[in-house]
Amino acid sequence: MEIIEIKNLIKKFPVGKGEFVALRGIDLNIGKGEFAGLIGPSGSGKSTLLNIIGSLDSPSDGTVNVLGKSVGALSTREAAQLRKSSLGFIFQSYNLLQVHTVYENVEFPLLLLKYDAEKRKKMVMDALEWVGLTDKVKSKPPQLSGGECQRVAIARAMVKRPSIVLADEPTANLDAKNSHNILQTMENLNKELKTTFLFATHDEKVINYLHRKIFLLDGKVEKDELIRSN
Amino acid sequence: MIRFLIKGLIRDKSRSRLPIIVVAIGVTLTVLMHAYITGFMGDTMEMNARFSYGHVKVMTKAYAADAEMNPNDLALLDVQKLVEDLNQQQPGMEWAPRIQFGGLVDAPDENGETKAQGPAMGIGLDLLSPNTKEIQRLDLNRSIIRGNLPQAPGEALLSENFSQKLGVNPGDDVTLIGSTMNGGMSIYNFTVSGTISFGVDIMDRGSIIVDIEDARMALDMQDGASVILGFLPDGFYDNHDAKQLAIQFNSQQNYDEDEFAPYMEALGQNSMMGTYVQLSEVWSVYISLVFIFAMSLVLWNAGLLGGLRRYGEVGVRLAMGEEKGHVYRSMIIESFFIGLAGSVVGTTFGLFFAWLIQVYGIDISGMMEGASLMMPTVIRTRITPVDFYLGFIPGLFSTVLGTALAGIGIYKRQTARLFKELEA
Repeated sequence: MEIIEIKNLIKKFPVGKGEFVALRGIDLNIGKGEFAGLIGPSGSGKSTLLNIIGSLDSPSDGTVNVLGKSVGALSTREAAQLRKSSLGFIFQSYNLLQVHTVYENVEFPLLLLKYDAEKRKKMVMDALEWVGLTDKVKSKPPQLSGGECQRVAIARAMVKRPSIVLADEPTANLDAKNSHNILQTMENLNKELKTTFLFATHDEKVINYLHRKIFLLDGKVEKDELIRSN
Repeated sequence: MIRFLIKGLIRDKSRSRLPIIVVAIGVTLTVLMHAYITGFMGDTMEMNARFSYGHVKVMTKAYAADAEMNPNDLALLDVQKLVEDLNQQQPGMEWAPRIQFGGLVDAPDENGETKAQGPAMGIGLDLLSPNTKEIQRLDLNRSIIRGNLPQAPGEALLSENFSQKLGVNPGDDVTLIGSTMNGGMSIYNFTVSGTISFGVDIMDRGSIIVDIEDARMALDMQDGASVILGFLPDGFYDNHDAKQLAIQFNSQQNYDEDEFAPYMEALGQNSMMGTYVQLSEVWSVYISLVFIFAMSLVLWNAGLLGGLRRYGEVGVRLAMGEEKGHVYRSMIIESFFIGLAGSVVGTTFGLFFAWLIQVYGIDISGMMEGASLMMPTVIRTRITPVDFYLGFIPGLFSTVLGTALAGIGIYKRQTARLFKELEA
């Protein structure tokens, strides 16, 4: 079952009086439960593609359907609703709210969904258990290591049980050991919860974990390689 | 969600404590500045009013034409009746007949020969009536340096500097040499009861203060007065009220037939003080506006920077699915409460410092030496009702406006771009 369907996607950015074409006719389908990655050098268009899939940006041409919704046709409110209910994000630099505790950071997406306190508590504790941080609920990000921060970010992305998690260079700031721990955690979550993971990366450590490798170059899909199916 | 935002606000000191301090400082300065301008301008006017001009001044039409010369030959007569009429027409006001004169004060030695002499500016005012308010009006009790106030006819006060220049002490006799109302020579002896210092250079250089009845005797001005000073009921000068009063009074006179008919002039209509009154009205508004504008810019920038500093947080919140409108509204509400807290704290501190300066004053006598305009040597603020809300204009309005503008910047920027910058 395809949950991301992309047809002839073109994305242009205005540059001065001209324009820069970041994506040049992408055709791509991602199925439920995939553990896939967009691989390519800087400027290949992987982050742009991830942003459009995440409804953070809109296509210039072509169609992108995420969970049956056409991203280009969504209003800002509908796009926010899609992100709130079905998408999780993991950033390269974690982007945790520094003055809030681990618990509060992970709880934040559930507050937006207006879940009651009891339900929130259970879901937050479950998420922290998945990433092995139940002993750090009261800690604040400055008190955590880089690996722990990224695990909090994963818990925050996963806590609402999204259909899709989009991760942009999630291990770029981590050492090899922490990178493997993080990737194993995400792989386990992918297996257990059937959450679709889509990475944008050029990090070999990440690439080695991917079940499907989609190589981008100059805004086009150069190669789409299935390593193993889920 | 509200609890989550409040927690963030309280814990993030650079988001709560620092902006509140910045707003509070700005508001404190605004309140203090306004109270200072009001106090300084008002003090100068009130001092001139109490000593020379009154809030309104009644004199003959002829005297008014050359008032700077103190032409006592053109002075008012039948003053008692005129004061009674004025009291009847304007029951709330206080009226104070004064004789302003110039002369030479001669200090004799033990043989009665001239020891020293000096030109003096004289004021005759009611010092000896049981219910006189002139002593309080000129704050004579606190101005005494040596000796005491005149207790009996024939006694006079000399300014301290003048008495030292003449080598005169309380208890010594001095002779006033001047001219009578009718142009004759006047020689009149006084006993110095005490010396005074007003802290006003022009008055302290050489002045003699005597009871008005003594002045009348000395200058042959029975029931006469150079001027009758009028003071408005609430004790503060109001240019509009004073002018209206003068227009109304003058409309009842017939100056074509009698050039000695009483003529009323408001402080703001005086050739010298009028300019000051106009300037003070314009200045206080302009200076306050300029200061409020400057503080508004500072606080607007603080709000703007505060908003921009949270670019990252906004990006995360949008990525998590929070709606832009919700993020924007929460930022505005947050800045409203920061502005409100800062304004309350700033107004409290501003009023406190203004009160301190109102009560204790700032001594600027060193800067006033040789000044010809009668200005106070101690600057005092004056707290007015405006000071209780004035600071909220830059404090609240500018802070919210700054955040609103910063928020619009975020609002209009594409979410993806915000997201990208978040990663940068």
